[in-house]
Formats: sequence, C-alpha cells, structure tokens
Amino acid sequence: MAFGSLRRIERFGWASSKLEQRGRSIVRRLSTFTEVDESKKNSSHQETGKSNKSVNLFSAINQALHIALETDPRSYVFGEDVGFGGVFRCTSGLSDRFGKRRVFNTPLCEQGIVGFAIGLAAMGNRAIAEIQFADYIFPAFDQIVNEAAKFRYRSGNQFNCGGLTIRAPYGAVGHGGHYHSQSPEAFFCHVPGIKVVIPRSPQQAKGLLLSSIRDPNPVVFFEPKWLYRLAVEEVPDKDYMLPLSEAEVIREGSDITLVGWGAQLSIMEQACFDAEKDGISCELIDLKTLIPWDKETVEASVNKTGRLLVSHEAPITGGFGAEIAASIVERCFLRLEAPVARVCGLDTPFPLVFEPHYMPTKNKILDAIKSTVKY
Amino acid sequence: MALWFSRSRNIIAHLVKTKISPINQSLFHAKYISYKLPYELVWELRKEYSSTATGMVFRRFESARAGEVEEAVTYSTSDYDDDDDEINDAENKTIDFPGGSVAFTQQMKFISESPDKRVPCYRVLDDDGYPIAGSTYEQVDKEMAVKMYKSMVTLQIMDNIFYEAQRQGRISFYLTSMGEEAINIATAAALSFDDIILPQYREPGILLWRGFTLQEFANQCFGTKDDYGKGRQMPIHYGSKQHNFFTISSPIATQLPQAAGVAYSLKMDNKEACVVAFTGDGGTSEGDFHAGMNFAAVMEAPVLFICRNNGWAISTPISEQFRSDGVVVKGQAYGIRSIRVDGNDTLAVYSAIRAAREMVVREQKPILVEALTYRVGHHSTSDDSTKYRPLDEIEHWKTARSPLARFRKWVQRNGWWNDEGETELRGTIRKQLLNAIQVAEKSEKPSLVDLFTDVYDNLPLNLHEQEKSLRETIKRHQKDFPSDVPV
Ligand SMILES: Cc1ncc(C[n+]2csc(CCOP(=O)(O)OP(=O)(O)O)c2C)c(N)n1
Ligand SMILES: [Mg+2]
Repeated sequence: MAFGSLRRIERFGWASSKLEQRGRSIVRRLSTFTEVDESKKNSSHQETGKSNKSVNLFSAINQALHIALETDPRSYVFGEDVGFGGVFRCTSGLSDRFGKRRVFNTPLCEQGIVGFAIGLAAMGNRAIAEIQFADYIFPAFDQIVNEAAKFRYRSGNQFNCGGLTIRAPYGAVGHGGHYHSQSPEAFFCHVPGIKVVIPRSPQQAKGLLLSSIRDPNPVVFFEPKWLYRLAVEEVPDKDYMLPLSEAEVIREGSDITLVGWGAQLSIMEQACFDAEKDGISCELIDLKTLIPWDKETVEASVNKTGRLLVSHEAPITGGFGAEIAASIVERCFLRLEAPVARVCGLDTPFPLVFEPHYMPTKNKILDAIKSTVKY
Repeated sequence: MALWFSRSRNIIAHLVKTKISPINQSLFHAKYISYKLPYELVWELRKEYSSTATGMVFRRFESARAGEVEEAVTYSTSDYDDDDDEINDAENKTIDFPGGSVAFTQQMKFISESPDKRVPCYRVLDDDGYPIAGSTYEQVDKEMAVKMYKSMVTLQIMDNIFYEAQRQGRISFYLTSMGEEAINIATAAALSFDDIILPQYREPGILLWRGFTLQEFANQCFGTKDDYGKGRQMPIHYGSKQHNFFTISSPIATQLPQAAGVAYSLKMDNKEACVVAFTGDGGTSEGDFHAGMNFAAVMEAPVLFICRNNGWAISTPISEQFRSDGVVVKGQAYGIRSIRVDGNDTLAVYSAIRAAREMVVREQKPILVEALTYRVGHHSTSDDSTKYRPLDEIEHWKTARSPLARFRKWVQRNGWWNDEGETELRGTIRKQLLNAIQVAEKSEKPSLVDLFTDVYDNLPLNLHEQEKSLRETIKRHQKDFPSDVPV
C-alpha cells in the first residue's frame, strides 16, 4: 500500500502539527546554517554554475538521478513503478528523457531488483535500484548481505559491484503503521562491505546521492520520506558531490554533543534551540554516512563537550546509536561527564495509533539533554 | 557457469576414454548428462554414440554450434508429440527417470515460450448476464443469489463511503476492491466457513460474507479501542480469528508460503477444510509466490491459491510483470492443477471455486485459480491511476464489464430482484455505514498499554522500563500526545 503522495498528510490532526514542526524546523535550520555550504568545499565550478533554486527533497533526488544518467551512459535507474515517476515522484521524467532501456519498471520482486542490479554493476555499470519502501527491502537482504557486500572480498578483488546504489525511502511519516515507517539502517550497518548513507535535506540529498552513485562501493541510500515534500532548500543546479564518511557539525555548542542523521536531525535541532533558552549550549552533528562512519568528528566534539546524546527513530535496542555510544565510551571514557544518552524509537513494531508515543520527540530529547548536563 | 562447463567437459572426456555409452550408464547419470550439457557437448556425445541419428539431426546440431539456433532448431508450440517413434529402437525409446518415464526424441525441439493459443477463460454469464449455452456451472438458488448480490452491493458502498471518509481526512488511508466484487463475494460464498483465508489485501468481501460487521470494518479503519488489531496497523489491515481470516500484512506475497504451512497442519489434523491464499498479479513476481506454490505442491498441502489478475500492480502493467500467458500456466510448472476464470462473472467464479475447493480438500493437493479482472479504483488513496492508464480503459471496465451489473441482470431476469429492492438496499447500507463511522469516530483509541503488549506473550524488562519512562514523559508533556489515547 504505497503512498503515491503525501499531500493529504496535512489533514490529520496529530500528524499535521507534528509535520508543521518538522517543516518549520527544516526551514529555520537551513537559514541558520547557510554558511555550511558543503558544495563550496569540493566544487571547482562553484562560480560558474551559480543558479540555485528552492526545491524539495524528492526534486533534489530527481536532479541527482538526471545528472547521474546524463554524465554516465552506463548508468541505469530501475525499480517497482519507477517508469511513471515512482510512488514518491523521485524518478519523474527520467524514462522520457533517457528511454525505457535505461529507466524502467521491474517486476514486483526486491530480491530480483537487487540481484539484477548487482549483476549489472558487476559488468561495470552504475546500477541505481529503487526499493519502494525501506520496509520492503528484506526480500533483498540476502542479495545485499551475502552478495553485494562480499562481492569484492570473496573474489580477491577480481570482481566488484561498486556501481550499485540502492535507494529506499525510510522512516516515520505520521500514518505509516508497521510497514511504511521503519528505519532499518542498523541491519545494514552490521555488514562490512556496504556503505549506508542518509541525507537530512534536499541539498545534502543531491550531493550525497551523486557521491553514493559514483562511489566504487555498493551503497544503501535511505531517503527520509517525511521530508520528500516538506523539506525545501536552495539546491545548486549543477553537478556536485558531498563527501561520504564525513560527518558535519551543523550547530556548534559547548555543553553536549548530539549525533543523529536524516529526518531526526530537525527534531534534535528544535531540542537544541529549546535547550539554549535554558542556557545549555548544544553541538549537533549530522553523521550522514553510518558506515564507515566518521568517528573522529564525533570524538573531537565529545572531547570538547564531555557529553553525548544519540537519537534515531529505529528501536533503541541494537540500533546504530548503541555502536556510537560504545565507540565513544572507548575513546573518551575519561572525558565523559555523564553516561551517553540514547533517545530512540521504542522496542516495539512501529505502531499506527501510538506513533507519537513511539517517536523520539523533541521533548524526550530535551529532557535527556537536561538530565545529561545535570548528571 | 564456467565452472560447470569445464566439469562437464571432464565427464565427457572420461566417458569417451572409457568407451562407456551414457545410455548404458546408470539411468540417472544418462539423463543428467543429456539434460544438462551445452549443445555442443551433446553433439559430441551423439557423434560418438548415436548410430540412429539422421543426417538432418546432425545438420541441426551443427547449425546450433555455429550460433544459428533460431533458424535451425525447431520447437513445439503446443505439446510434446513425438512423430519419430519408428526411428527409435525399442530400448532407447524412454528413460526411466525419477518422476516417471520420459520419452526420447531425436529432434532437438525447444518448448515454445508461448503456446499457440492462450489458456481459455472459463465463463458462464455473457456480458448481458445470459448464461452461455452449454456452460457447466453450479446451480445457485434464489436465496444464495440474492445474498451474493446484496453482499457485492454492500462491499461497493462500503468502499465508496470509506474512500470518501479518507478524502475528507477522517481516516488516514483506504484501498477499494472496486471491480473485484465478484471474486471477493463469489469466492467467499463457494467456500466453507472453516476454510482459512490468508489474504493479500483486496479481499475484504470474504470477511463481509462471513459476518464481519460494517462496524467492525469501521473500527479497524479508524483504529478504535474495538479494533481487533488494537489500532496498530494502517486502515484496511483487517484480521479476525473468529472468521478464520489471518491478519493482513502489507509486504506482498509473504502469506503464500505460510499458506502451505497452515494447510499442512489442516492435513495432519485430518480437517475437512483447506487454506485459501490470495495474491495479486504483482504478487506472483515475488520469490515467496514461487516458494509457496512449490511447497504446497511438494508437501501436498491443501491450498487453494487465488490470483486476482487485475492487470496492474500500482502503475506496473502485467506486460512488465511477466511474459508468460498470465498466471494460470505457472501451476503446471509446479505440478499444480490450475484454471483461468472470468473474475467478473459471479457464477463462473462461484462454480470454479466450489469445484476447486472440493478437489483441494478431497485430494489434499493445491490448486491455482487465476481470475481475470480489473482494478477499477486507484491502487489506494495514495495513488492517482490516471497518471499511468487511459481513462477510457478504466471507464470500460467500470461500466461495460462491471461484475455487479452483469450478475444483477441475471438475478433480476430470474425475478429474484427488482429496482425497488435495489434502492432500498443501497439506502439501508449507506445509513448503516454512516452510523458505523460516527460510532467509530466517537470511540476512544486503544489505551497506552496496547503499545507494549503483544510484542511478546509477556512484557520483557526493556518494555517495562520503556513503558514507565513513557508514562513519565506523558505526565511532563501532555500536549505532545493525542488526547484520545487513554493512558
Ligand atoms: C514486498 C513488497 N514490495 C512492495 C510493496 C509495495 N506495493 C504495495 S501493493 C503493490 C502492488 C501489488 O500489486 P498486485 O499484487 O497486482 O495487487 P493489486 O494491488 O493489484 O491488488 C506494491 C508494489 C509491498 N507492499 N510489499
Ligand atoms: Mg494487480
């Protein structure tokens, strides 16, 4: 039961207020952090291709796919319902532009999609496969975990499927229930040989997706579907890439470090604003790439603040937050002034009616910030 | 692949060296080789050992070696007739192979990818609701016919009203069965109540037929405290143990291998019942469809697989889903009896399902039914199907091919139904539904404990802790949480 559109979301009571919060925060954050323009870092034609338009996240993804297909004739985009533009419109216009042989619908079979993509990638192509929802990636788990991740290693680097990128919308959306809401990133973070990347905004999404597509390793790229329409940001028209495995300090602070990724960052940021009113200075880090992750940036920050809070939508037990907490305790044990706090989803399936209770809300984060600082 | 090549070369080299005819080898071995070897190697073998082969056959093989398989090699489009029996000497005519004896042929004949004619579609009523002369079908008496028709109308009205409720923002999601009312209702009517349903999601008519009330449907869609799923799943994910209807799960096709397991249990318990497992045309592409079919066949599990082939899987037409003659032909590949039926012909569906169900239970083996139909509505309330399919196609199936209209003609012609009855029925159902929605809307949501129960049979420590912590959070930040969820 796919969501062809999230337009109707405004109609729901709780979802609507929650949603506005997220939307507002994104816009606010973007104005706060315009100076953190990653594209300036690595772009040689920053001056020339200067036209930036405000676009939402699905359009930014769409732009990245256009560029990927345009710049490499050996690139392909495919998946369920991709031909007409995809249920979230990320692939709009691609098959008209690049033809049905490069952009196409597949049969309804995730193991087939990923297996096919691995084969295509193994022949030196860029295979950009879409899984309609991250919740439906599991039939392809074997192909990802046992095949894509080990393709290079098991052949002594004779073969690789580095041209593989798997895109999938993930996360809560206000009314998705069990199977249109999950955040399965931790499963994939347990698999050496693949990279896991999650963008927080349109500009990030475009640059990180292009990097993922062009990275010589298979990448699982989770897109925060709550933000597809909601997050709007100025995105450079041009072809640009943002580095993988580099975290970004998106807000500087001195009392506590907050680490997150994807849609959760905007919630965490609201908590930072509120904490500031109480005189607590929070540093906020977007991890962006979950494996291999940028420990050094987080470590440097925690060495400065002495406190760490990690937050994600996925259930707390066995979530990627646990890995971050353990690593930082190893590296910063003597510097830590409080236990590492984790504000995450509950250890239940993702519930429909109880979504507000399940979620790591702003106030849950704020409470945890306060108690960590007061510890 | 490369590995296999070299290994088979070795086998042949060995056979050639020791001059043992593969035909005289153990039967299994001989079969193994003749089935699996690449053509050029088969050719070598034949040259070495076959004295009966004709020159023509040799030319064919040579052509095949030269890469002209298409022109040189014949294939059969219909059956496996072998008109060259006389050339075979007696002992070389067949090979006894696990599964039964297989005839040899000296013609290199490929089975065609598509049959000459598509598998016909069983139908009883023509477009105008007249029984087609000479058709065999189950008699349906007045009471049954009227009950079926009324249920189809009820399903249609329920769909219309819930769909509207979603459009008005009163429920978060909905998905109609429009155009598939005959499959829903006639199937339900042809089954026994004890038959266990493993649904995909477009089969609420089965529940309706079995007595699931409009209020119960509304409770689920609105996620009230009376929803059997305790408000945890999206609308339309019904389930009712009492009605032998497993809870709907969104991931496509997962129910199909489960169906084989459920059915195996019925078999071991000597139950006079079967499992009825639904899938869409899209669902047949999933690995789980193939696993389910194969398991049911091998385990001789009494499963009635019903594929609602409605032409579309969201925006993907069946031409981009499979290249076989639909789904019905997949049965034979798994050793499963199958039939194709006009899914918009209520009498045909009813008759085919009754017969199939009888066989499944009596013979304790699976059967596959492919019902040809059309998804008249959008995939769901999240979809706008005019983006990818022509309006007149939708309109045609909605009107000219409406299963309700066709069945009504037949029922009405029998004098069992009339226009007044229709008006009255529609008014009553409408009222019942609006009432059900009102009740559901006023109902409380399930209470907070239901967030934590049923993850396991008992609450483990982590959930105890999380519940406690959540309750404290709610006390501190009441406004963050919906007021209609009792704490
Ligand atoms: C494993 C999985 N992949 C993708 C989806 C998204 N999805 C929901 S319904 C659907 C199409 C199903 O089509 P079909 O089986 O023909 O059933 P119909 O909707 O036509 O009744 C898809 C792709 C899903 N629910 N589960
Ligand atoms: Mg379908």
